[in-house]
Amino acid sequence: MASTGIGAPVRRKEDFRFITGKGQYTDDINRPGQTYAAFVRSPHAHAAIKRIDASEALASPGVLAVLTGADLEADKIGGLICGWMIHNKDGSPMKAGAHPALAVGKVRYVGDHVAVVIAETQAQARDAAEKVAVDYEPLPAVVDMNEALTGKTVIHDVAPDNRVYDWHLGDKAATDAAFAKAKHVTRLDLVNNRLAPNPMEPRAAIGDYDAGNDAFTLYTTSQNPHVARLVLSAFIGIAPEHKLRVIAPDVGGGFGSKIFIYAEETVCVWAAKRVGRPVKWTSDRTEAFLADAHGRDHLTHAELALDERGKILGLRVHTKANLGAYLSTFSSSVPTYLYAPLLSGQYDIPAIYCEVEGVYTTTAPVDAYRGAGRPEATFVVERLVEVAARELGQDPAAFRKKNFIRKFPHQTPVIMAYDTGDYTASLEKALEMADVKGFAKRRRESARNGKLRGLGYSAYIEACGIAPSQAVGSLGAGVGLWESAEVRVNPVGTVEVLTGSHSHGQGHETTFAQLVSDRLGIPIDQVAIVHGDTDKVQFGMGTYGSRSGAVGMSAISKALDKVIAKGKKVAAYAMEASEGDIEFKDGRFGVSGTDKSLGFGEVALQAYIAHKFSGQELEPGLKEGAFYDPTNFTFPSGVHICEVEIDPDTGVTTIEKWTAVDDFGHVINPMIVEGQVHGGIAQGVGQALLEGVRYDASGQLVTASYMDYCMPRAKDLPSFQVGTTVTPCPSNPLGIKGCGEAGAIAAPPAVINAITDALGHEDIAMPATPQAVWQAVQRRLPAIAAE
Amino acid sequence: MYAFSYHQPKTVRQAASLLAKNEDGKILAGGQTLLPTMKQRLAAPPALIDLGKVEGLSGIELKGRSLVIGATTKHVQVATSEIVKQAIPGLAEMAGMIGDPAVRNRGTIGGSVANNDPAADYPAACLALGATIITNTRKIPAEQFFTGLFETALEPGEVIVKISFPIVSKAAYAKFRNPASRYAMVGVFVAKRGSDIRVAVTGAGSNGVFRATALEEALKKRFSPKSLEGVSVSADGLNGDIHASPEYRAHLIGVMAKRAVTAAIGK
Repeated sequence: MASTGIGAPVRRKEDFRFITGKGQYTDDINRPGQTYAAFVRSPHAHAAIKRIDASEALASPGVLAVLTGADLEADKIGGLICGWMIHNKDGSPMKAGAHPALAVGKVRYVGDHVAVVIAETQAQARDAAEKVAVDYEPLPAVVDMNEALTGKTVIHDVAPDNRVYDWHLGDKAATDAAFAKAKHVTRLDLVNNRLAPNPMEPRAAIGDYDAGNDAFTLYTTSQNPHVARLVLSAFIGIAPEHKLRVIAPDVGGGFGSKIFIYAEETVCVWAAKRVGRPVKWTSDRTEAFLADAHGRDHLTHAELALDERGKILGLRVHTKANLGAYLSTFSSSVPTYLYAPLLSGQYDIPAIYCEVEGVYTTTAPVDAYRGAGRPEATFVVERLVEVAARELGQDPAAFRKKNFIRKFPHQTPVIMAYDTGDYTASLEKALEMADVKGFAKRRRESARNGKLRGLGYSAYIEACGIAPSQAVGSLGAGVGLWESAEVRVNPVGTVEVLTGSHSHGQGHETTFAQLVSDRLGIPIDQVAIVHGDTDKVQFGMGTYGSRSGAVGMSAISKALDKVIAKGKKVAAYAMEASEGDIEFKDGRFGVSGTDKSLGFGEVALQAYIAHKFSGQELEPGLKEGAFYDPTNFTFPSGVHICEVEIDPDTGVTTIEKWTAVDDFGHVINPMIVEGQVHGGIAQGVGQALLEGVRYDASGQLVTASYMDYCMPRAKDLPSFQVGTTVTPCPSNPLGIKGCGEAGAIAAPPAVINAITDALGHEDIAMPATPQAVWQAVQRRLPAIAAE
Repeated sequence: MYAFSYHQPKTVRQAASLLAKNEDGKILAGGQTLLPTMKQRLAAPPALIDLGKVEGLSGIELKGRSLVIGATTKHVQVATSEIVKQAIPGLAEMAGMIGDPAVRNRGTIGGSVANNDPAADYPAACLALGATIITNTRKIPAEQFFTGLFETALEPGEVIVKISFPIVSKAAYAKFRNPASRYAMVGVFVAKRGSDIRVAVTGAGSNGVFRATALEEALKKRFSPKSLEGVSVSADGLNGDIHASPEYRAHLIGVMAKRAVTAAIGK
């Protein structure tokens, strides 16, 4: 059984379906009588809507309806919500402007939703969308956060200085005192560049209305269909939850961008009742660039206080976080509670104080993107630490080691209580694997070839699971963040697991089945994982924040405990033994001290035929559910080492070596975990070297296609050397920590630390494109001449 | 994509006549630029005249001291042709650097030249090698053919039939790709035929492909990368965008020219 149990590198069950084109994505689904939606989007970053004239569009071939914000209001459909309340320093609530699914009175970014055209075909809908005449009165665009904070142009009346919140965390007085006694202070200004999520499958939705039952179905590209149903029901008011079914079938990547409840999905399900037919919308890539929630976009000033030996005394951080034109579903939490609590990194920092201003601009909404807040925090900490070591003339690895937290549990000054870890072990393993000893020689070799070589470290920590519910509730979350599972054993002993987690590339159909295989002793091909349909699966919270292993699988584990316990009762009756004598091992229920035993499938059959026990003594059947809420966040950590070579003639940076040593606690499937690390690093390298959303001063999106938005390609990456260390997580039964975001969190500072090491100065921002690096090389030239 | 009429002529004469009859109609060759722009609704030609069924437009042959390539010859054919590799290896290499495998298997030399994208590779090769663009009505020297951004000397109803490249002693292309699009951000094609040395630059000029005369003069003294050291290229008239400023492009022209000369000498 070990071959498909916990720890086995089992090939992904779902891949046959995906790589043979048999996946069933939202756009693959077509409903009888289906119509198509096309959105009329704002060409202006900021404008008042004077008038919308749909007459020509309505007269166009195939058009069934043209709907606007006024129609939503007439049907009493509410606006989109932000589900995490942040409070200002003075305790007052954040200033959240209204977010109608179709604009009312004003548009606030290029791509904002003005109207929807429903037609018989997609081409007819798009043709007619161009014929909707909108009379705009342009208003000034505000793309820059500092300009926005002047309040010269107001985006939402509720926030006259465009400041959504002015939030803080930590002890200001203690931090000021730490700086007052510091012997050295390292200061950095950092830009965390805005990213477009770019899942391979763009967003899509089909709204379907059943007039006979007055019930809706929404097929959509969601990471969390129950949360979508809850928001669409309880807040937006489409229909009560029992009259709304949300199905998220195969989903081709999310990276956070498919957590949120957007305008398009809302409009499709609402419009289906309006036109009395199913309404389908599939985003094209340009729409994805314009209107999928972006990630990151911070401006930060950070300071690190140090004593004479290089021990860290305190950390002070001020961040401006661009939240875009509207607050997306979880946007408010990303630069606050998913960011500042991670600012202690792997280090014993006695005092930390962080201030964050959330800022409205006339750009697309910004929300969680792979790592969500934690990459931004890690970038601050790991850049500061690296630069501090350099300024003090200390080896960056030794400097880190000196400041590492060594005793666990460790309470940081910023909420988090780290449960376990061994940071030195990961660092030492990484130093070995990366052959850091041989770096000086490699650097000389590069210099002989006219190239600049650099080495950069990143010792990251993240908080995964986004649970327990009590903890996130106390921080302002509008929902609980536990997870649910139901294990249905069929009479022949095959198993269906209904999970509240959602797989959109993570391989749950394999890893979750491995857990079942391990626990019940049955082959993984006798296990089906069911997810993504609110009519099939009990309420669950979905997948984000690297939580499906730590929280989702723990729920399954708990349900499996109950299945085994019930199985023992059934087996006792079937073998006429006492329940206390039944042992379950390797898939068999045995009577201790005898050679009597029954296989798992035989016991399942006994449970369903119920011939050996009375229904008054024991309920027939074998099906158990569990809701699991962990006792703490999980804290994966690790050390990544990046080695680059720069061609000073062109500014091209080549990543020569990448070493990753991660502590994910216990690992279910090492192959899948390594794949997650690879993908995360690729996205992190994308942020560091290649990617960046750019708006011009008038608020037009310059990077609206792959002609200008640069995604990482295989050629941009080396072969990764991936290793692990293991300190099992004590806050969940499986000892799992989570691995989905680690690479994206670890990678950016490792790359920039390597580039700045090669350059010999710190003056470069992400993305370090060839042009940016070439310019930074020019800034280096006077320094070289002086050498 | 908007609706359009589709025509499939069998001869160049039919194609030219359809083109003349359909105002704003477009020739469809490989479609690697035209179809994506139509799909994005950026182009809306009312008629497409597909050259796919026209006989005799594709092929590669040596004619005396010239290499002649038919208009609908695909990039992959040029890249892998033994004739091209023998005659002008730098041209085969350049064709192998265009786009990606899908583009090279559909895109054509005639389409690339007629479109004259300011970041396309073939215009630099044509200009540096002194090619002649042969249409259904006349022969146009490359010097006169590329007239501006997406602009050429082609008249309405004129169809490119083939392109003739004089065989040179040394030629090579060095391309610095735009990190996002992978088009040439700076592409430099150098060619040496006796004392005639030409350096053509694509991807950088705000008016499309051009000859870098300062570099040509420097190379006339000696065809060596050393000759280019210290020769600066002016940033005047170069493109600036989020990927590269005019100054960075000017610098890259020098770097790519050196790399192209080094490669040409090595052939």
